[in-house]
Amino acid sequence: MTTLRDLEPGERGVVVGWAGSGPPIRLLEMGVMEGTEIEVVKLAPLGDPIEVKLRGYHLSLRKQEAEQIEIEPAGGPS
Amino acid sequence: MSEPALHPVDASSPVPQPERLVALAGNPNVGKTTVFNRLTRLRQKVGNYPGVTVERKTGSLTGPDGTPITIVDVPGTYSLNPRSLDEEVAYRVLIGAVEGARRPDLVVCLVDASNLERNLYLASQVLDLGEPTLIALNMVDVAEGAGTQVDADKLSEELGVPVIPMVASRGEGIEELRGAICGPLPIPTGRKWELDAAVEEKTNHLAQRLERDLPNLAPKQRMSDALRALTQRGASFFEVHHTPEFWAEVREAREALERAGVSSEQAEVAGRYAWITPLAGRIVRRTSQPKATRTDRIDAVLTHRIAGPILFFLILAVVFQSVFAWAGPFMDAIDGATVSLGDQVGTALPEGPIRSLLIDGVIAGVGAVVIFLPQILILFFFLGLLEDTGYMARAAFIMDRIMKRVGLSGRSVVPLLSGFACAIPGIMAARTIENQRDRLVTIVVTPLMTCSARLPVYALLIGAFVPAGALFGFLGYQGLTLLALYALGVAFALFAAWVLKRFVVKGEQSVFVMELPPYRMPSLRDLLWRMLERSKLFLTRAGTIIFAVAVVLWFLASYPEAGPKPGLETGNDEEQAAYALSESAMGHLGRFIEPVITPLGYDWKIGVALIASLAAREVAVSALGTIYSIGDADETSERLIDRMRAEVNPRTGKPTWTPLVAASMMVFFVLACQCLATVAVVRRETASWRWPLFLFGYMTLLAWVAAFVTYQGGALLGLS
Repeated sequence: MTTLRDLEPGERGVVVGWAGSGPPIRLLEMGVMEGTEIEVVKLAPLGDPIEVKLRGYHLSLRKQEAEQIEIEPAGGPS
Repeated sequence: MSEPALHPVDASSPVPQPERLVALAGNPNVGKTTVFNRLTRLRQKVGNYPGVTVERKTGSLTGPDGTPITIVDVPGTYSLNPRSLDEEVAYRVLIGAVEGARRPDLVVCLVDASNLERNLYLASQVLDLGEPTLIALNMVDVAEGAGTQVDADKLSEELGVPVIPMVASRGEGIEELRGAICGPLPIPTGRKWELDAAVEEKTNHLAQRLERDLPNLAPKQRMSDALRALTQRGASFFEVHHTPEFWAEVREAREALERAGVSSEQAEVAGRYAWITPLAGRIVRRTSQPKATRTDRIDAVLTHRIAGPILFFLILAVVFQSVFAWAGPFMDAIDGATVSLGDQVGTALPEGPIRSLLIDGVIAGVGAVVIFLPQILILFFFLGLLEDTGYMARAAFIMDRIMKRVGLSGRSVVPLLSGFACAIPGIMAARTIENQRDRLVTIVVTPLMTCSARLPVYALLIGAFVPAGALFGFLGYQGLTLLALYALGVAFALFAAWVLKRFVVKGEQSVFVMELPPYRMPSLRDLLWRMLERSKLFLTRAGTIIFAVAVVLWFLASYPEAGPKPGLETGNDEEQAAYALSESAMGHLGRFIEPVITPLGYDWKIGVALIASLAAREVAVSALGTIYSIGDADETSERLIDRMRAEVNPRTGKPTWTPLVAASMMVFFVLACQCLATVAVVRRETASWRWPLFLFGYMTLLAWVAAFVTYQGGALLGLS
């Protein structure tokens, strides 16, 4: 399964599920949920965390969290 | 933590309140401070919520009809589900469950028009509380800049409460908001979103139970209380307030839902967003295609793979250089003013204990407090600038990976680095860390960063005992030593953080999820106001303790009074001062701790300097000057250096000061908490004596062990 961690900067996808023990509630509250479109903007200079864009705002999260977010890739930015 | 009653009896009492209490809630980064400052015009009070470290800010304004209005600034949060301390406090403020405060008459929920969906999540939770609510729709200009238009009227219609469009940074909409705050109280019409059917059923059941248990509870709050009880994970501060029967039912309901494979937490969030997402679609109109925003263009440079870290260090270098360079003259001026005030009092008063108390106790004590102000003001100006522009989040983004290694997050980087100037503003800067465990650890390790007060001590010891030569002809030994001392401080700070996170403030690894807000032009007014606010807090809270410590240390150094030194001709003031200090309580304390510091290579005179330096580290230098009978001395004093080199330990007959002793002393100063002002600030920031005492204890122990290893290890290796 593709996870958010596998996306390259500039790639987008739709959240389709959660790996591991289910979603951290904090991520859900920030609007990351099944069906949400999410785009990887860039990696931090040291490779972690990553910056993503969703619901019109920018969020940074660590790769260990990104790994839990299962993604259906949707190609590059339209 | 104290346990305020969850449901004060007046929560639903119909008695009209003469004064209107308004709570200002909202996400972080939505301009809450700006709105608050503009509404109250700086008629504000800052304090802490009882027993916790969260800041409580209230302000006042007068309505058009003369009604006095008090506004409470609710901590900025993304949610009201009490998962963090800020959220806990926010929720309590909104339902009036904070000691000494009643339930607000009106909640103003500030919403960012350019980031509507996530902001409406909090708004939907606020509306569910059933209290009169207003929505202040801020940053409509930013939304328009991003090519979207928010239909405020339609939003008001959908939410069932008034919506006031605003651009708070330009003051637009402030008067309308002020008018609405004083106007009729708009009561929300009830829950708009759908909860998963199974969770809904359980919630209704629990709400009925609450109706029987707590007849005083406002009917509208039952549902949100029941839902909260169902969705919160683990123990919470709220449990005590409901009956055991209620909690038994909650547990049953949770188990039943779990068996059915339903997560009530997920159900709540999903239900809210399922309502919000289409709602946002109906009220947000796209006026132009999204293009690369100003923020994207700035971030292309500031978080660039290579340029980002370089600029990060450059920005910090400029900040700390400015703190040093700009604060220096002011600190010198304060120092000068303290001395000249002392001189003036000295000429006006006759010689005696009163004069000494006034000059060396009171005036010097006030000086010891005020001397920190220039650094605090300047550093807080820059920290405010970094925070308000949005750069602070980028700094955390860039440095997070390094801090993750020791169990902290990028948020700790700036407070830690501020510690290079002075631990006190650094500790105060730790307020920007949302995670409370991370914040505590950052506070407790920041004093290990080498602050500017250590420099005079290092300068004296390096100047006296490190040769002036250079490695490979260009790396000066003295400079290398200084660098090594800084590196030692950083290494121990990181190590201590790792140990503390792993063994002391253990807990569930928190999820590091951080918003990267759009870059914004900061408001000078807000910046200046925050500088003043911080300084005031420092003066009133920490200043009093620092002052008291200075006076106590003066007493210790002055009493019991020694008569004239036997056999000393009159007029030799320097010898007499050294004699008086050695016979004072501080001199005796120095002798008392001598057995403890002998293994570090020190004698009792150095012990006196260590005790005196508790007022401030640099005092060690002048204390050595006094005890070695050369009067006023600073770190460049040739006489002091010569005297130290010549000093012979009477017990061993060997020189007291050797390069090895100097090394041991420098290591001690890197690690020891020789600064009671720091202890005072930690007391204020953590609202308890537990952490400041821990701080003092662990740093002193660490310093002793490291100095012991340095001295004894060096001696074993044949060094001297």
